[in-house]
Formats: sequence, structure tokens, C-alpha cells
Amino acid sequence: MIHARGLSHTFQSGQGKNKKDVLAVDGVDLDVSEGEVVGFLGPNGAGKTTTLRILTTLLKPTAGTATVAGYDVASQAVQVRRSIGYCSQVGSTFSGAYAGDEVVDHGMLYGMSKRDAVAKGQELFDRLQLEGLWRRKPKNMSGGQKRRLDIVMALIHSPGLVFLDEPTTGLDPQARANLWDHIAGLRSTQGVTVFLTTHYMDEADVLADRILIIDKGRIVASDTPDNLKAAVSGDLVDLEVATDEQVAVARDKLGTIADSVEVSDRHVRGRVPRAGKAVPGLLRDLDLSGVSLESIEVVRPTLDDVFLTVTGRSLRDAEAATEPAQLEGVTP
Amino acid sequence: MSFLRESSIVFNRQLRMNLRNPAWVLIGIFQPVLYLLLFGPLLKPMIENLGGNAYTWFVPGMLVQLGIFGAFFAGFSLIGEWREGVIEAERVTPASRAALLFGRLWRDLLQLLVQALVLVLLGWILGMDASVGGVVIGILLTLLLGGACAAASNAFALTTKSEDVMAPVINLVMMPVLLLSGILLPMSFGPGWLERLSDFMPIKHIVNAVRESFFGTFDASAMAWGVGWSVVLFGLCIWWGTAVFKKENA
Repeated sequence: MIHARGLSHTFQSGQGKNKKDVLAVDGVDLDVSEGEVVGFLGPNGAGKTTTLRILTTLLKPTAGTATVAGYDVASQAVQVRRSIGYCSQVGSTFSGAYAGDEVVDHGMLYGMSKRDAVAKGQELFDRLQLEGLWRRKPKNMSGGQKRRLDIVMALIHSPGLVFLDEPTTGLDPQARANLWDHIAGLRSTQGVTVFLTTHYMDEADVLADRILIIDKGRIVASDTPDNLKAAVSGDLVDLEVATDEQVAVARDKLGTIADSVEVSDRHVRGRVPRAGKAVPGLLRDLDLSGVSLESIEVVRPTLDDVFLTVTGRSLRDAEAATEPAQLEGVTP
Repeated sequence: MSFLRESSIVFNRQLRMNLRNPAWVLIGIFQPVLYLLLFGPLLKPMIENLGGNAYTWFVPGMLVQLGIFGAFFAGFSLIGEWREGVIEAERVTPASRAALLFGRLWRDLLQLLVQALVLVLLGWILGMDASVGGVVIGILLTLLLGGACAAASNAFALTTKSEDVMAPVINLVMMPVLLLSGILLPMSFGPGWLERLSDFMPIKHIVNAVRESFFGTFDASAMAWGVGWSVVLFGLCIWWGTAVFKKENA
């Protein structure tokens, strides 16, 4: 559905003597298959939105190539636009217009007849829980309703691929969770391929089949959330044994599946790749060896750990580092 | 999908929003109407001394002023739409970028036409003596100028994306236009150097051509200069506006 090779975009920042070239996207290669939900994760200023704007034909790449839905983004922009839906960070409807009118006009710009656009729009309003809001102005809607309206706008012409740019930014936790359900439903009920950018780790974790991590314009990791987490250093397994005498046996047994084992009082801890599969066998071994456990805890690594591993910085640090650049208007 | 269909979708959307808030159409015409009612009587003896009907002379000036001022502010609403993501959402559709501009221009021109008709009607009520044919030609020239100004305003708005930049620049442009185009008073009243300076102001030639149309004299030279400048400005500004709408990252 999406194939990009060596995609780059350079733009000029500053004025006069302070003018300089900024490489916002630096040789990005990516592939997205039909029916996938791909999360494009990275801190502000990492190049997420610039990449997305290239893939949606809003920007031309300064180097590299990309095809979306089988069409080249640079030379077949109109065909690409017919094939995709796009939901930008800032929204897509005028706050003073009626929601239904905005949706119908948008559909008609895709060549739909007014009757078809009304029918499809009303169907999407029902599906995205916007019943009764057809004649309401976006300025009188909640943040969650407005974002769902933006998704209706992106889906009005029934595209096979939808780009969502930070769809839940600024929403409260309840509205975010609700929107996640709807985004997950795009694939499960409508078979839509979803490419979403986010800087929320939990969002990517919940929604995406596969995560691409971008940092400083480069893709630094690409895999399923589970594989990314497993590749970091494994899950932390913490065994609390019943007596001091059992600590040594537990350490040896855990040592057979963990890279390194630490002991603290009667706690024996180690990092185990794919603990979900390894721990049942470990428990049988411990039981056969006569080790009684007071407790066992398995802590899975988070995508924050993944980001730290692949970039050498925490996502929070990366966000802070890019903030001044954002304020100077470095992001196009 | 045809350019005409795409631009008409944008036009209908823009018109619908205007009709929901017609106050802006009335506010737009308020200034020239006030000029006509409160400045016209001051001008009357002066123009009649020159041997002409004061309102036949003054209404064309007000028409042109309406065309420039009203249209120059079109860009402000575009910035509002851009800020809310409407322009980007439209630019991701297969619709032609030029249609996105022209749909808005049709709305600006329709609004200008309605305001111009109200102004002309008021002029006739106050005693203006102009033929229907002359008025039609005068309004057409005004629409060409208004279209040029609206296209320029939209292009400038999408380039700066800031009302704070737009407002002072419009004021900066408007002041010499108002003073050197003979909208309010004949430039022949001033010293020679001022009149010669005003010859370099394209709007003055358009005002003269509209006046020639209203008086029904249709002086060939004045009409040629006025029509020529109207067409040139319209062409240049449309080209600029279309280029900005087509430009990436707009």
C-alpha cells in the first residue's frame, strides 16, 4: 500500500545570515501492507508530519521515491489523493459551518454526487457515534466529537488507506480511549489500512500492528510492538522464594533462561526474552527442585524502554530537545 | 471532475457561510454608503462648478473603492480557514488547486456585485445621471479590479498566514491608492506634480474609465487605459493567487 525508498526532505529555516538547510526527513525507507495499522512514532520534530505530508502529496520529496496505493506521490499526485483519506493534526472543518455540510462538500470534491455524499456521511455519523450532530457546528462540539468528525471527513469517499496525524493530541483520557476504539474499528469493520503518527507510546502500543520509530528524520526501528519490546532486553522476572536456602537454586534455574541474574534478600531477578513462554517451564523446574515461591512478578518493557534503547534518549528528553526548534518554526 | 464543478462546490460552501452571516455584506457597504451620504453633499457644489453631476462623478469612485477595500479583506477569512485545517483538507482532495481559489473568488465577486448594485441604486436615488449601459460597463470594470484584489489578498493571506501582517500591509497599500487615484477628489485640483504622480497609479486610470462609462462619454484613451489596467491587474493577480494555491506547503 505504501512503499518509500530513500525519502528525504530538506527545507530552509531562518532568514538572512541565519538561513540554513534543515534535513527534516533523511532517507526514509518504509513499506506498509494492505490492511495493516502502522504507528509512526517519534518525538515532536522527528520528521513524522513531514513524512506524512510527503506521502499525502502535500509536500514533494527533495530526494527518494514513494508510491501510495500504487501511485507515485510526485508524478501521480491526483491519483494518490483519490485513493487516500487524511486527518490532519489541526482538524479539517470550519468551526462556524454545519458539520453535515462540511462532510458533504468534502465528499463532492472527491467527485461524489450530493445524494451519495449525504448517504455516506450519515452512515459514518452513525458509525462514529455522531448521531444528531449533522446540523451542529464544530465550535459547539467536544474535542472527541470534533476528532471523530475529522475522521468522517477522511473516510467520506471510502478510501482504502487513511493517514491520521496525531489523532488524539489534546483529548482527555476518556475521549482518547473512545477514539482508539473507532480507529481500531476502521481496520476490523471496514478493512481500511491505517497509517497514524503519534508521540504517545501507549497509543502506538494499543493500536498498531507494527511500529516505525523515527528520530531526527531517520527510521531507527520497525517491528511489532511485542517484538520491539522483546528485543530491548526481555521482560523482568522477579521471583520471591520462601526461604534463604532456596535462593541459590532459584538463581541457577533463572540463570538458564536469563542473561544475568541479581539477588536481593529472597528476591531473584533477571531479564528473560519472551517471559510469557519461558516462565511456565521455569515454574515447573523450580517446583521439581523443591523451591517454593512466595510471589512471582513479570514486568514487560514499555515502548519508552524501546525508544531509550534505539535512540539512547528517553522520549521525554527527545521532546524537550526538539521544543526550541519547534518554536523557531523549524518544522515545516 | 471539471474545474467548473469543483469551483462551484467551493463557491456554494463559501456562499452558504456568507448567507448565514449577512452582516458582513452590510458592514462592507457601510463605508461607501456613508461617503455617499455624508461626503457627497460636500462635493456637490465643487463638481457642479465644473459642469457635471456630482453623484455621476462620485459614485464611480465609491464603486472602485468598494472593489478595492472589500476585496482586499477577503484574505482574512482564508487565514481563519487555513488555521482550522480547511485549506489542507481541500488540498488533499483531487480538486484542482485553481478551483479552490476560483470558488472563493466567485463568492467575493458576487458579494461585490450585490454591494455595487446597492450603491448604484442609492446613487440614482440621490440624483445620479448615468445610463444603464454605462453603469453595466463601470460595474464590470469594478468586478475585474475586485477580482484582482481578492486574488491578491488570498495569495498574500496564504503566504503570510497572519492577520497581524495582513492588516498593516493593506493599510500601507491602500493609503497611496486612495490619495492618488482621484476617488474622492479630482486630481486636477492639485498641483501639476501631484497629477503627474497620479498618472503612475493604475487605479486612477480605472476610476477614470468607470467615470467615462457613467457619464456615457467613453473617451477612447481613458477607456483603453482603464480597461487595459483592469485586465492586466486581474491577470497578474489571478496568476499569483493560483501559483500560491499550487505551491507546496501553502
